[in-house]
Amino acid sequence: MKVELDTDKCVASGQCVLTAMDVFDQDDDGIVVLLAEEPGADQLDDVREAVAVCPAAAIRLVEK
Amino acid sequence: MRRIVVVGASAAGLAAAETLRREGYTGALTLVGDEPHAPYDRPPLSKQLLAAEWEPDRLTLRRPEDLTALDADLRLGTEATALDTAARTVRLADGTDVPYDGLIVATGVRPRRLPGGGHVLRTLDDALALRAGLRPGRHLAVVGAGFLGAEAAAVARGLGCEVTLLEPAPVPLAHAVGEEVGRVLSRAHQEHGVTLRTGVSVAEVTGAGVRLADGELVAADETLVAVGSLPNTEWLAGSGLGVGDGVLCDEYLEAAPGVYAAGDVARWTHPLFCVSMRIEHRTNAAEQGMAAARNLLNPGARKPFAPVPYFWSDQYDMKIQAFGHLRGHEEVAVVEGDLAERRFVAVYRTGDRVSGVLGVGVAPKVIREWRQAVAKGAPFLSSVGGTGKET
Ligand SMILES: Cc1cc2nc3c(=O)[nH]c(=O)nc-3n(C[C@H](O)[C@H](O)[C@H](O)COP(=O)(O)OP(=O)(O)OC[C@H]3O[C@@H](n4cnc5c(N)ncnc54)[C@H](O)[C@@H]3O)c2cc1C
Ligand code: SF4
Repeated sequence: MKVELDTDKCVASGQCVLTAMDVFDQDDDGIVVLLAEEPGADQLDDVREAVAVCPAAAIRLVEK
Repeated sequence: MRRIVVVGASAAGLAAAETLRREGYTGALTLVGDEPHAPYDRPPLSKQLLAAEWEPDRLTLRRPEDLTALDADLRLGTEATALDTAARTVRLADGTDVPYDGLIVATGVRPRRLPGGGHVLRTLDDALALRAGLRPGRHLAVVGAGFLGAEAAAVARGLGCEVTLLEPAPVPLAHAVGEEVGRVLSRAHQEHGVTLRTGVSVAEVTGAGVRLADGELVAADETLVAVGSLPNTEWLAGSGLGVGDGVLCDEYLEAAPGVYAAGDVARWTHPLFCVSMRIEHRTNAAEQGMAAARNLLNPGARKPFAPVPYFWSDQYDMKIQAFGHLRGHEEVAVVEGDLAERRFVAVYRTGDRVSGVLGVGVAPKVIREWRQAVAKGAPFLSSVGGTGKET
């Protein structure tokens, strides 16, 4: 599983960071930064939660 | 549970439906929405879409394949007209009754209107209609200087329109963010050439502009009415659900046995702030949809819904972000930056606790630390310490 971001859509809410600290971070403007493009199995639940909670639909989890 | 119906196919309804599947629900799932469009996002309507930076296809919340993967009976362009909680059925506008074992109500809100009409801004179609009227040199009157009206005013200025912002209160947004911060935001509009008129009450919208209560006509080519919203609960009349400025829920978001509510339409008592509230924030819609879905599926392990509310707004080059429950606050302290420069962090006190934080133009880490203080209900005095400039 691979994480895809649409950073143009990101509104800098930081919800993804609160949900999956090891996978997402924010730059100085608050825009999402990907720390792990292919998160491990133990992180997938958190990433799915981040996809669901992102208020801008900027995160997507895709099968490789 | 074999049949679940979700009414309202927007942020909250979609989050609920997706959560049901993620949590392993494999039964029948019906998602009903009265708008013809596939689920789309509203915040860009008053920002990128109105500014013509994005076209409607950029607003869809999920790709078609993600919607297909949901394996739901998606009834778009279909209104739910009644709920029978005894028979456990939802009546649709085409006369069919959809039976349910579990129901999630996520029908959101609609704009309040004024006599005479004018534009409102809630749906994609509303935004496209308003956008068509915003050409350079045209005059837009915006009634209501809340976040929605303020964002539209900022975009219209960017498009070269003359803008008059009309607000009944003496300081815009004072009850939401406090007088001091409200004044900072309104100064930004004035500096960008918006005519701000506070303390005025609008009686009606006319073809020539806006008629004030004292009879004065404020001339305008287009008028946007942004004076708050009303929960979409009419279809629940006679269902036995408690309704009163929203669907009344318990702390688990349950409104009746097997019936939950989520998003802008849901009213519940927040366990952390002990206040009955209804939140019209985009993040809350998703979080609440998820929480309602989980509680519906796991009756034995329900959790009270106790989020730290989060809100953002974009106006000119300002990104405004807020965590917590600012409404009803008693004091505001600026703990970083400078109001005049429009880069600051303001911390809100209710009782002796930190109840909220609002930041403009500051790094995410700074705000996140204060979010923690809100989540813990940290004592205000020791948190703001001696650094706070009290206002
Ligand atoms: C222009 C605009 C800008 C915004 N900007 C921000 C922002 O910057 N930050 C922020 O945090 N929030 C913002 N918001 C608020 C945010 O968009 C809402 O909180 C969010 O959309 C709520 O989602 P919801 O699913 O609860 O309700 P809604 O999005 O209102 O969805 C409810 C859906 O149910 C449908 N429906 C209603 N009645 C029925 C029925 N009887 N049968 C079937 N379907 C029905 C409605 O047509 C609608 O599609 C903004 C809102 C608007 C309108
Ligand atoms: S949750 Fe979404 S909008 Fe918020 S920072 Fe992460 S990617 Fe951006």
